[in-house]
Amino acid sequence: MSNSKIIKNKIFLKSINGSAIFVMILLAGFFITLLVSSFPAIKANGLSFLWGKTWDPVNDNYGMLPFLIGTLITSFLALLISAPFSIAAALFLGEYFPKGIIPNIFRNVIELLAAIPSVVYGFWGLFTVAPLVRALEIKLHVPAAGLGIFSASIVLSIMLIPYSVSLIRQVISMTPIQLKEAAYALGCTRTEVIMKVILPANISGISAGFLLSLGRALGETMAVTVLIGNSPKLPTSIFSPSNTMASLIANEFNEAVGSVYSASLVEIGLLLFVVTTIINLLGRVVIRRYTVKA
Amino acid sequence: MTTIEIAGIKRRKFKDTMFKYIVYGLTFTCLAVVLIILFYIFQKGIPCLNWSLFSQMPKPVGESGGGVLNAMVGSLMVVSIAALIAIPLGIAVGIFLAEKRGKPAADRVSIAVDVLQGVPSIVVGMVVYVWVVKPLGIFSALSGSIALAIMMLPPVIKNTEETLVLIPNTLKEAALALGASDLKSTMKILLPTGIGGIFSGCMLGIARVAGEVAPLLFTAFGNPYLSFNILKPVNSLPMVIFNYGSSPYEDWHRIAWGGSVILVGFVIILNVIVKFFESRWKVQF
Repeated sequence: MSNSKIIKNKIFLKSINGSAIFVMILLAGFFITLLVSSFPAIKANGLSFLWGKTWDPVNDNYGMLPFLIGTLITSFLALLISAPFSIAAALFLGEYFPKGIIPNIFRNVIELLAAIPSVVYGFWGLFTVAPLVRALEIKLHVPAAGLGIFSASIVLSIMLIPYSVSLIRQVISMTPIQLKEAAYALGCTRTEVIMKVILPANISGISAGFLLSLGRALGETMAVTVLIGNSPKLPTSIFSPSNTMASLIANEFNEAVGSVYSASLVEIGLLLFVVTTIINLLGRVVIRRYTVKA
Repeated sequence: MTTIEIAGIKRRKFKDTMFKYIVYGLTFTCLAVVLIILFYIFQKGIPCLNWSLFSQMPKPVGESGGGVLNAMVGSLMVVSIAALIAIPLGIAVGIFLAEKRGKPAADRVSIAVDVLQGVPSIVVGMVVYVWVVKPLGIFSALSGSIALAIMMLPPVIKNTEETLVLIPNTLKEAALALGASDLKSTMKILLPTGIGGIFSGCMLGIARVAGEVAPLLFTAFGNPYLSFNILKPVNSLPMVIFNYGSSPYEDWHRIAWGGSVILVGFVIILNVIVKFFESRWKVQF
């Protein structure tokens, strides 16, 4: 090899390594940037930021409890609504009909849900889900706004389905065939095999699938911003308007004047980043075990 | 005794059938929801599609007509610059992961990519605001592109890695045995062999970011005028849907529906292309 070829080759190898290192630096940079930028808020608000009930930028009084609660209720409610559908669709595609043209079409159609942009979901929900929820609220004699945690959760649950279905289907289809055959040989019906063998054997993988979906729900922004009604008050029911951590940032970050105000929003972003990172690490550790086995 | 047993079997069989139908029912509900959503979007949006939507600038409230020309130009600009940044970088990281597979360094990078994929898009926007917008003192198309590029990286990296891993080592070893350098064997053998998978990854990356608003809120910001300057704020299609969709004006809703159809149509076409390439150019040995 000529000299210039060797040098070119070295540059190539270096740039490949460099790009990998760059990804690591990028991630570390995220954490450091969020930490440094939220420092004024951490100093000014102290720990009571986490359980403070009032969010009052005018008087520089910041507590994130309403948004923490709003985020948790919205995400868990969405997960709860989508769970039966996700498990059923995952069983349908992973156990009842693992192969063939029709299930393949079904899978692609469900995956189309992931292709629709978040903001379009929000816009669609505003015209379809919100009026339905309003009608329900009138029936139940609660303040009928239509916009609130419940509307946001319904739309969010639809957005989670393609994600959790594909994760859980993968996990279910990896069940060792011997386990299933042993159960069938004992005279189990298919339902019994599913309930007593497939689901219990994969409980860690299925939980990881839901955990990863939860991580996605926590960070989902635009659809929720459109539908949740944007109120800084502590939610009193699943119908009340609220704000999630992500939607609060989307609504207020551009208008945040004053260093403590914007730093408080960055602090919320930091918490969101840390929580989703932990959830993803946990989920990946479990899911990875399944992919390594394959 | 026998009658009791038979009754038990009947009950179990009945339960089995019921369970099956519940699973079928819930699955069909999922499918129905997909179709209802898509049908609704297209039903609302297709009547709003006309030439002026593509060729005109937005008009103030009250005047009918108007279009999203500036937003389409902005989206095209922001997404293409993002792709220019993310695709080479992502492929390079993918090559790294495939080459060093199983080594601790690759594991660490791979975990970092997974975490990066899970970072909420709004947080990406916030960080890029601090990195780019604050120092430059102005919202810009470039900062939007950087935010989208970060979000594009994970799908590009993963698809590249997964494709390259499927290519047998013997192929690369043959090239090396003939005296080719790593550079040459990668460029002339590995990448062309895996082009289908890598291309799919790039398309998926573009599909992932084309509809994003959250990372653009604090970076590309939005702009009511047509702008080609990458150092100035620009509008984007998803942003128009967000702003016009949550407004109370009927005319603006029409534009938002038209925009939604363009966006959803674009993303679905990208997904179909990916499926096509995955089946045609699959790496098989």
